[in-house]
Amino acid sequence: MKPAAKPAEFAPWLDPNETPLIRFDGVTKRFGDFTAIDNIDLKIYRKEFYALLGPSGCGKTTLMRMLAGFETPTEGTITIGGQDMKGIPPNRREVNMMFQSYALFPHLTVWDNIAFGLKRSKMGKEEIPERVKEMLRLTRLEKFAKRKPHQISGGQRQRVALARSLAKAPKLLLLDEPLGALDAKLRQQTQFELMDIQEKTGTTFVIVTHDQEEAMTVASRVAVMDNGKVIQVDTPARIYETPNSVYVADFIGDVNLITGNATLKDEGLAALSWAEGQPEIIGTAGEGLSAGNATFVIRPEKVAISAERPEGMNNVVQGRIHDIAYLGNISTYHVALPDGTMMKAQAANNRRLSRRSFTWEDEVWLSWTDTAGLVLAR
Amino acid sequence: MRRFSWFNATALTAGFAFLYIPMIILVIYSFNESRLVTVWAGFSTHWYGELFRDQAFLDAAWVTLRVAFVSSTIATILGTMAAYVLVRGGKFMGRTLFSGMIYAPLVMPEVITGLSLLLLFISIGLDRGIFTIILAHTTFSMCYVSVVVSSRLVSFDRSVEEAALDLGCTPFDAFRSVTLPLIAPAVIAGWLLAFTLSLDDLVIASFTAGPSATTLPIKIFSSVRLGVSPEINALSTILILIVTIGVISASLVSKRRIVQQQRDEQMAEQAQQ
Repeated sequence: MKPAAKPAEFAPWLDPNETPLIRFDGVTKRFGDFTAIDNIDLKIYRKEFYALLGPSGCGKTTLMRMLAGFETPTEGTITIGGQDMKGIPPNRREVNMMFQSYALFPHLTVWDNIAFGLKRSKMGKEEIPERVKEMLRLTRLEKFAKRKPHQISGGQRQRVALARSLAKAPKLLLLDEPLGALDAKLRQQTQFELMDIQEKTGTTFVIVTHDQEEAMTVASRVAVMDNGKVIQVDTPARIYETPNSVYVADFIGDVNLITGNATLKDEGLAALSWAEGQPEIIGTAGEGLSAGNATFVIRPEKVAISAERPEGMNNVVQGRIHDIAYLGNISTYHVALPDGTMMKAQAANNRRLSRRSFTWEDEVWLSWTDTAGLVLAR
Repeated sequence: MRRFSWFNATALTAGFAFLYIPMIILVIYSFNESRLVTVWAGFSTHWYGELFRDQAFLDAAWVTLRVAFVSSTIATILGTMAAYVLVRGGKFMGRTLFSGMIYAPLVMPEVITGLSLLLLFISIGLDRGIFTIILAHTTFSMCYVSVVVSSRLVSFDRSVEEAALDLGCTPFDAFRSVTLPLIAPAVIAGWLLAFTLSLDDLVIASFTAGPSATTLPIKIFSSVRLGVSPEINALSTILILIVTIGVISASLVSKRRIVQQQRDEQMAEQAQQ
């Protein structure tokens, strides 16, 4: 598969001269007593593929519906392209949305579905067929133009919904769980198609998803949300490697969490005492860490597993293999430490099964470098 | 397949006999030569001819059709609007009260509806005639339309309407070009229901009809009080025929649509592979 064709230098959020396309300033949304969105500030730049990621009920869909104009903020302002969106109804926003249920018009053909928005725009009558054809080509639906939505498959419906929402060339395209209804294989393929289309059209995409893998794959930046608040906004790599909180670390991917007492050390490091009779764990100090209660977080693939005690490492613990999850390309070893803590270590299976070196109940050593893990404030 | 037992056969026969013997007798006697309803004197279509020469019956039938057509059309428009506002209008003061009140006429005894309408027409000095029957029929059939339409509105995906707004429709345009085509089957069903209700209403019509306009049910009822005539049998047979044709063709149309839908879905699945 092709690597993401995004040029490495695309990072408008680092450029102080760049003006964001979308700004949220102190936006709060309440439904009765329930606060769905709690005082959020956001900046989304042109041509970004921005993912709103969080568990269901975290407010990500409400945020998106406010951009589309279906909900209005209780407090705060939303601006798109410098214009305050207050009081502007959905039909007068240069924003289009692809709905989770696709929301295709069942009584219209694929062609008429795509042309629906164009007929209500300033576009001349003669230009509409050309634009519809272009959209059909982009989404590889030429053969199905005359079919009704119930006469095509789920994956094709998804592409009609995408073509329909892109037809008016909006400034901003909102995608609400766009791949939720597709099966795993089609999903992966469609993720790459989405990225491709996003790049070809140069549209700003905001995607809502609860699937962290999907967000990591497609997005230029990910906003992790919880309980109506944005916890961290960063590139997928930074979200994964330097989460700013235990919540983000735990939400994205697999992680080992060890709680203890932190002391700050030189060179941005911190030490954590976590169990009687065990040496302190050394890790990179998280942002704003102070001495006291803290959590050490480390990804399983950064924990090495060996039969002999490794030399010259600070972070070494011994344990017994409790369980092995064989996933084909990798294996995850669940190792019980002497105090009962369970730690996961991952190793690539670059050997055939028959010659694998570890098995259940083996005594093994786990080790990691000083900067592999993070010590985060609790 | 389960065996067809004697018990099943008896139950089926008894049930259907209960439902259809009265109508079968009516149909048979409509072809009776004799003027006496209970004495069979040979086959004849004489009374059908007689019926079509009876100006009073023809007038009543014409009034009934006009009333049914106009009142069911007005009731459909009003009922659809009411259903749309109650289902889609969001939260407003007294919404629960309103939606309860729109269904109340469904359970209201017809005598009371008829009487209250009569009192209203008298108090505002409206002369009773075809116009007052239309008003009365619109009043009571509107809530049936609204029940049918709102159940359809509740069941369909709200985001389809939002998509229309999102693509540049004004709320009215979205209603006209998306909502209305999608609820059309329910609107048509509501219209048919209102039409049928108006056709066979006797109670409310007899309160609100005046000397200038008589509907068919009133005419039949009043002539039967003077004695059942074979003409009435002939008329009733025609009505049964019309209703039967209507029901059968409606079910054929919907069955064909279901078959077509299944074929389309199969085609879609094959296209995917």
